[in-house]
This record gives sequence, structure tokens and C-alpha cells, in this order.
Amino acid sequence: MKKYILDMKVTENNRLHPNYCLLKLTTDELLPEMLPGQFVEVRVDNSPTTFLRRPISINFVDRNKNELWLLVQLIGDGTRKMATYRPGETVNVMLPLGNGFTMPDKQSNKKKFLLVGGGVGTAPLLYMGWCLKKEGFEPYFLLGARSEADLMQLDAFKQLGAVFITTEDGSTGESGYVTNHSVLKNESFDFIYTCGPKPMMVAVARFAAANSIACEVSLENTMACGIGACLCCVEKTKENHNVCVCTEGPVFNIDKLSWLN
Amino acid sequence: MAKLNVNIGDLHLKNPVMTASGTFGYGTEYADFIDIERLGGIFVKGTTHELREGNNYPRMAETPSGMLNAVGLQNKGADYFIEHIYPEIKDLDTNMIVNVSGSSVDSYVACAEKIAGLQNIPAIELNISCPNVKQGGMAFGVTCAGASEVVRAVRKVYPKTLIVKLSPNVTDITEIARAVEAEGADSVSLINTLLGMAIDVEKRKPVLSTVTGGLSGPCVKPVALRMVWQTFKAVQIPIIGLGGIASWQDAVEFLLAGATAIQIGTYNFVDPTISIQVIDGLNAYCDRHGFQSVDQLVGALDC
Repeated sequence: MKKYILDMKVTENNRLHPNYCLLKLTTDELLPEMLPGQFVEVRVDNSPTTFLRRPISINFVDRNKNELWLLVQLIGDGTRKMATYRPGETVNVMLPLGNGFTMPDKQSNKKKFLLVGGGVGTAPLLYMGWCLKKEGFEPYFLLGARSEADLMQLDAFKQLGAVFITTEDGSTGESGYVTNHSVLKNESFDFIYTCGPKPMMVAVARFAAANSIACEVSLENTMACGIGACLCCVEKTKENHNVCVCTEGPVFNIDKLSWLN
Repeated sequence: MAKLNVNIGDLHLKNPVMTASGTFGYGTEYADFIDIERLGGIFVKGTTHELREGNNYPRMAETPSGMLNAVGLQNKGADYFIEHIYPEIKDLDTNMIVNVSGSSVDSYVACAEKIAGLQNIPAIELNISCPNVKQGGMAFGVTCAGASEVVRAVRKVYPKTLIVKLSPNVTDITEIARAVEAEGADSVSLINTLLGMAIDVEKRKPVLSTVTGGLSGPCVKPVALRMVWQTFKAVQIPIIGLGGIASWQDAVEFLLAGATAIQIGTYNFVDPTISIQVIDGLNAYCDRHGFQSVDQLVGALDC
């Protein structure tokens, strides 16, 4: 897919939570095609500590409003700067980068897709769920967070499919981690897509492997270029080779990686 | 419109702006953003005789106005390059220059010999300055004896333009530059990355898997510029300057300090179009100051 560098205009920037903002960006031109699971690199200027671009996953693409949504977790100087952007400001964005989740074949007899997200890892699942629903499939969401207040965009997820929740403090949903949720015992799924902290994705991948369910994971290794030039963001394959997360991923079928070796 | 073409030995460049090894892949990675054939040259990713997996993740740490890397020369080896990558890049209308590295004199020679057989690769850049490999790399580039030994051996098997990439991690870079000039190098490129490190204070651990790594980006530019200026006064062969170039003004500084051409490295990650902006900026600068040719700037520092 052709990649672009665009000067985008902020339409909205909502602080959903002390540690998250939802940044919405638009352009005069029609936004290029973007796939769920792909990411963008945002340039954050005016500080020596934000030298490199910030890789952020695509949260949603609103074709009606020609808007790109980025759910940003405030981690360091770059993401905190992004939280200060006001409507009308210009942000330089490289997109779309990497490979998205595998969309099921329209003729597929696979019907039930489970999307498992933890923390800011829920971000790409919103767009993936929307795309699945648009294609006539049934997405189920299993979302994990520390507590009720840390669950982002719940209403948007509920419009797309059934939502199951775990919180570490038990403040809503079932108590514990996503892999403890009863839905995994009570329902059977054809495909699992997951994004979140690596220990969570490893646990989800183990569950999928134990139950012979195909599984794709989305990684967030630290990276510089985002286009396969610097070779900094590597992950080990099952054969013990280093591959770039930015170009071979960020979405990988778990069969490709060394995690379950 | 100033004359922008310059020569490095027998190598003819349509302009002095090239991209640095390890920051520009094989050029094609950037083709969506710029016309890569407008560049004076592209230094492709460091290539070794045998496949190298590189170092373990994490390999990168962002630092003030720059970054550390510890990639460790990950590449699929010279044979893979010749079979799979060379056919894709050989007809590009720019100079495709292979950065050659190794872990022993023999492995440098073996790689250089293979690349010498490729008709459309007009030059190699001998990397005796990679700080991220345990054997070879910078070990050759930090002593005159080591640098001389590897350049002498490669010179015997490599008849085309031989550029030697120097390490800044030395007491006196001019001694190394003189040593490789004496062994027949056609040009020196400087600087490679500066050895540095970063620590995660919460974990009380190094950020990089290798503890230390190579520092690059605008933070190293003053050091690189100083070394180019010192080397310009010490050798007769043309110098290719690099280290933190992020604008046409930076490029002009390197030319004035004595570089005949320049490479843009880390800043390609921040702005993939920077190299083209630098070409256009250099041209406008020459016109504004009445220089008919960009080579009039080389070493023209008034001091």
C-alpha cells in the first residue's frame, strides 16, 4: 500500500481519562485506504526529548467525516504533548504503516471472532470490530483494564457487538485477567485477534493454541523509522530470525513468532 | 541554477547529497515519499559476507535530539544481496553504494570481492567503525594498524572507488584518516556513531540489550563537523561528511568545513523528505551567494 506524509488538522482532542486522549484528525483530501491493525507515525516537534516520530495504532477511520482517530496513552513527553493539541492545529502524520489484521474471507464459514484487548491495546480493536461487522461478521470483545475507570470507548464497542469485561480490581465485569473470563469457557470462537501488554497476549495465544483457535497478535515494539529502514523494532520468529515489527507486523499470526516455542 | 555535481575519486555524483547506511534501507523503502533518483547516492544497509541476525531487542533508545542504536549489522549476507536485492536496485539512476563490514580481515575481503563483481555498484564504503559488533567493526577502526591492515587487504581486491567510514571513538581521527589514505583509500566518510548508553532508572537496567550503542542525530553534529574540519586539513582525498545533518544549513556547514559531499542519516526517520529539501536548499544557497558550482564551497570556511 502506498504510504503518505500528511499535514493533518486536529478536529477534536478529548481527554477521556488522566492517562488517555482521543485525537481526531482530518485532511482536505480524502484519507487514503487504511486497514485495521495498521499504524501511523506522528511527528511531535519543539522539544529535544521528542526527536523521533511516535508510532500510534489506528483507532478508527470515520469515512463520513474523513477523520482518523488515535487513542493515545500518555506515557512520555511526546504523548503528553499530543494531549495538548487543540482543534485547528496541524499535525504531521506518516500513514498507513505496517500490516493489518487478516480480514476473514466473505464466504468463510467462520462466524465468531473474539477481539481481546488490554489497556491501550483496545485501540485497534474498535476499527477491526467495525470492519468485521461491516462485512457481516459477528465480533465479540473481551476487554481488560485495571479498573472500571480505565476502560476506554465502551459505548462504541457495545454498538459493534457483545462486550465482556475483566478488571484487576473487580470494579466492573469479572475480576482478574482477560484469560480468566468465563466467556472463554462458555463460548467457542473461530478466530482471536489480540492487542495489549505482551504477558496478556502470550496468555491469550496459549489459550488459542490449546484450543486450536487461529490467533493474531499486534505488537508495539519501540521503533524509529516505521518503514523497515532502521531495523530497531525487531521480534524473533519461530525460526529465531529477527524481523521488523513495522513492516512484517505489527500484526503477526502467533504461528510466526517464537513466543510459544 | 548552480552546478551541483561533484566527484569522489572516479565516482561522479549529480549532487553532493547522499543518504547514510543503516538509515535508508535499500532506498526503495523511501520511494513513496521522494524521488530517490534525485539523490547523489544511496549508501545501502551494512552488508557482511555471511548472514547476521544482529543484536537482541531492545536495540534503540531515544535520547535528547538523537538516538542510540545497537542493531549490530543485521543483514542477510552478500549472496542474498546479490541475488535478491541488487536486481531490484541496479537500474536506479543514482549511485548505489554498498557499506561493507566484517568480523575479520578475510571476511571484509570476501565481501568486497563479491560486491566488486556487481557492475552497477560503483563504490563501497568500508565500515571499520560499527560500535555494535563484538568482533571486527570498530575494533579495526580505532587503531592506525588495524585500519591500515583491513584497507590494504581490501584495496588489493577492490578496484573501484573505495570509501572508508571512520569512527569518532578515537583520540585523533586525523591519524586514522592519514593511515587509510596511505593504503590507497579514495575517500573517507565521517563520522560513524559515537559510543553511548542509556539507563532505565525505574528498572535500574540499561535500555539497550547490548548496554552500549551508537549515538546519532543532531546531538552529534558539532562533533562531526569538528572532525571533518580537522581531517580536511590532514588529508588530500575527498571527505564525505555526516553526523546529525537535519537541514540544508547543516549540509553547507559540512561543505565549508571541508566535506566534498555529505550523507543524511538519522534525520531520514523524522522527515523522510529531508534529503530532497537539502538538495533544493543547497542550490538556492549557491544562487543567493553567487556560487556557480557547489564545489566552490568545499573547505571555503573563512578562518
